[in-house]
Amino acid sequence: MPDTITIDAKDMHYTPLNKKIREAVNDGAKEIIIENVLGQRFIGNGLRGDDVEIKVKGVPGGDIAMFMSGPHVTVYGNCDHAPGNTMDAGVLVIHGSSGDATAHSMRGGEVYVRDDIGYRGGIHMKAYHEKRPVLVVGGQAKAFLGEYMAGGILIVLGMNQDFAVNERGIGSGIHGGMIFVRGDVDENLLGIGAKKEQADMDDLKTIRIYIEKFADYFGFDSDEILKSGFTKIVPASARPFANKYCWE
Amino acid sequence: MTIGSTPVKYRIKIDQDLCMLCERCIENCSYGVFRREGQKIVPDFRKCTACHRCIAMCPRDAITLEEKPNDYRSHPLWTREAREAIYNQANSGRIILSGMGNAKDYPVIFDRLVLDACQVTNPSIDPLREPMELRTYIGKKPRKIEINTVKEGDYELKTKIAPNLKLETPVMIGHMSYGAISLNAQLAMAKAVNKVGTFMGTGEGGLHKDLYPYQNNMIVQIASGRFGVDINYLERGAAIEIKIGQGAKPGIGGHLPGEKVAEDVSKTRMIPLHSDAISPAPHHDIYSIEDLAQLVRSLKEATEWKKPVFVKIAAVHNVAAIAAGIAKSSADAVVIDGFRGGTGAAPRVFRDHVGIPVEAAIAAVDDKLREQGIRNEVSIIASGGLRDSADVTKAIALGADAVYIGTAALIAMGCRVCGSCYRGLCPWGIATQRPELVSRINTDEAAQNVENLINGWTLELAELMGAAGINSIESLRGNRDRLRGYLLDEGIMEVLDVKMIGA
Repeated sequence: MPDTITIDAKDMHYTPLNKKIREAVNDGAKEIIIENVLGQRFIGNGLRGDDVEIKVKGVPGGDIAMFMSGPHVTVYGNCDHAPGNTMDAGVLVIHGSSGDATAHSMRGGEVYVRDDIGYRGGIHMKAYHEKRPVLVVGGQAKAFLGEYMAGGILIVLGMNQDFAVNERGIGSGIHGGMIFVRGDVDENLLGIGAKKEQADMDDLKTIRIYIEKFADYFGFDSDEILKSGFTKIVPASARPFANKYCWE
Repeated sequence: MTIGSTPVKYRIKIDQDLCMLCERCIENCSYGVFRREGQKIVPDFRKCTACHRCIAMCPRDAITLEEKPNDYRSHPLWTREAREAIYNQANSGRIILSGMGNAKDYPVIFDRLVLDACQVTNPSIDPLREPMELRTYIGKKPRKIEINTVKEGDYELKTKIAPNLKLETPVMIGHMSYGAISLNAQLAMAKAVNKVGTFMGTGEGGLHKDLYPYQNNMIVQIASGRFGVDINYLERGAAIEIKIGQGAKPGIGGHLPGEKVAEDVSKTRMIPLHSDAISPAPHHDIYSIEDLAQLVRSLKEATEWKKPVFVKIAAVHNVAAIAAGIAKSSADAVVIDGFRGGTGAAPRVFRDHVGIPVEAAIAAVDDKLREQGIRNEVSIIASGGLRDSADVTKAIALGADAVYIGTAALIAMGCRVCGSCYRGLCPWGIATQRPELVSRINTDEAAQNVENLINGWTLELAELMGAAGINSIESLRGNRDRLRGYLLDEGIMEVLDVKMIGA
């Protein structure tokens, strides 16, 4: 089995496509190039393989890299909704924009989106020990960003935009993790349970590594990005519902 | 504080002649009801939840407990419960949290349905003499099957059969998560289902490694919080269940308070120690039936189409249409949880007032799926307050393939339905994470109790079927001719599609 395998996905249903990808990984392929992807969902779902690189050429459908644990996936095009859904480990790099629920419930690994994401980005991301998921968005995020976030790091850069996030519901119910937004965020856009702070030097040190990777993937200058101020959005409390209930 | 205290609910009496001051009541009560004062045990009534642990553990039967009669001025509308809920909320301004199932006195439809039995016109069947087929397969069935003739008299199946769960009895144990209940409680039930040849649900709390030996009898659950969900978890389960709703609290999510997220719970759920575990009401990647279909297929794709995928919904008014959508979403089974379903914690107003009885929901779903010609393509699992084998038999006759039991399995392990699960102090070691309480469950003994319960119900089910002249569970399923309505109104009879007694 050669190290590099090319799969032509033209007119192929997602199940045989995923089967081919799995077979290639099982046979020891280290690089899998998938050509002519057009809307196939679930690419790389539940796929393992820490040393596997997958290059997706075209526009994949929803749930790419869902439950994925290990591989490094690069998409040369936009993605439909929920890329990186409940992802466990690995890297997903999207050369374009992605739809709603990007990085939904992500538990580990990193997702980099060059342009914009849709609604509910990074919603319900969570962390456990060394598993600390990261979502970096180059462009703009829509409403309900980082809602119910329980862990991990979410960074929105708003490159070439007036605002990185200009829609409501940021961090509603957030009880762990951190959201970093380049520039300022209107206080009124924050959801219940979220509070904003100015990112300090330690924070910038924390996000530097991911900004550098982002810049590296998409050809930007990381120092230039890091020069701007960042707003940090964190939980007002680790127990947002602690005072909501009384006993019968 | 103008409201003042409310009257105590329970009165405990200790027979001082019988009491030998062994202090077991003090040791056993996790709510701190008892203390010793000199040569006497003194109870604090106000702390009592009527969990009965003290009574069960007293070696001299010296303790008695009675529910104290209402000593407010009697009133048919402003009951004790109504008044005390108001006092509680006037004091706190919060949502009242409750445990266990619906505590309102709604009529139980199961109790207004009677089963039929054969007499002389057609013979009954004696399960001792005749084989009774109680084995059930849960999962997608093909519309038709095709076979190839290999050689004369020898055939092979051409149709690819979707993966199904093979149940030796139609009684399974529903989803109660690690976190809501203890590991020992889960372990006991896992041992029991493994022995009996049936299945239990993990709940949404992930799968603890101590349950791995029983994974072939576990249905792993994926809820909106996605706790403990990774590809290993999905691959370990015999089936995967997407939890959309729960009978005890339709339309809202779950919330395990940080106090209950102990070291091992945090590890299993894959969340930081003592952080709240919040499952919001919706799955944020599901906003339509098409999105649900996408999640079903996504789970199948991730596990290479080797596992059946169930979708659990609460019984609500438009349950039939929803179930039809689920059936068309590639799901293998739809789980309908009625409004008497148990819970570790639910807002009381939801537990008692939202949803519909499972009896009506099963019938409505079965009818709708038949109408659409897809009933055979999806299994129906019913749950929510099933108390005995008669309820199981009636649920199947109304249209279920199998049932989940929850509270009944907990009662088999000692639970006395005190309804204080949300406090995490369960003295029976069930709804708690406190090691000293959890260790009160001997998993082998409790497993034996649960096994006995399921075996007992299964024997009764076979007898009831035999009496009705039915020798296979498939002939009982949806066989509403074996049911008659007794003192049910015409409207409900129409929904259930059963005849009246005497007809």
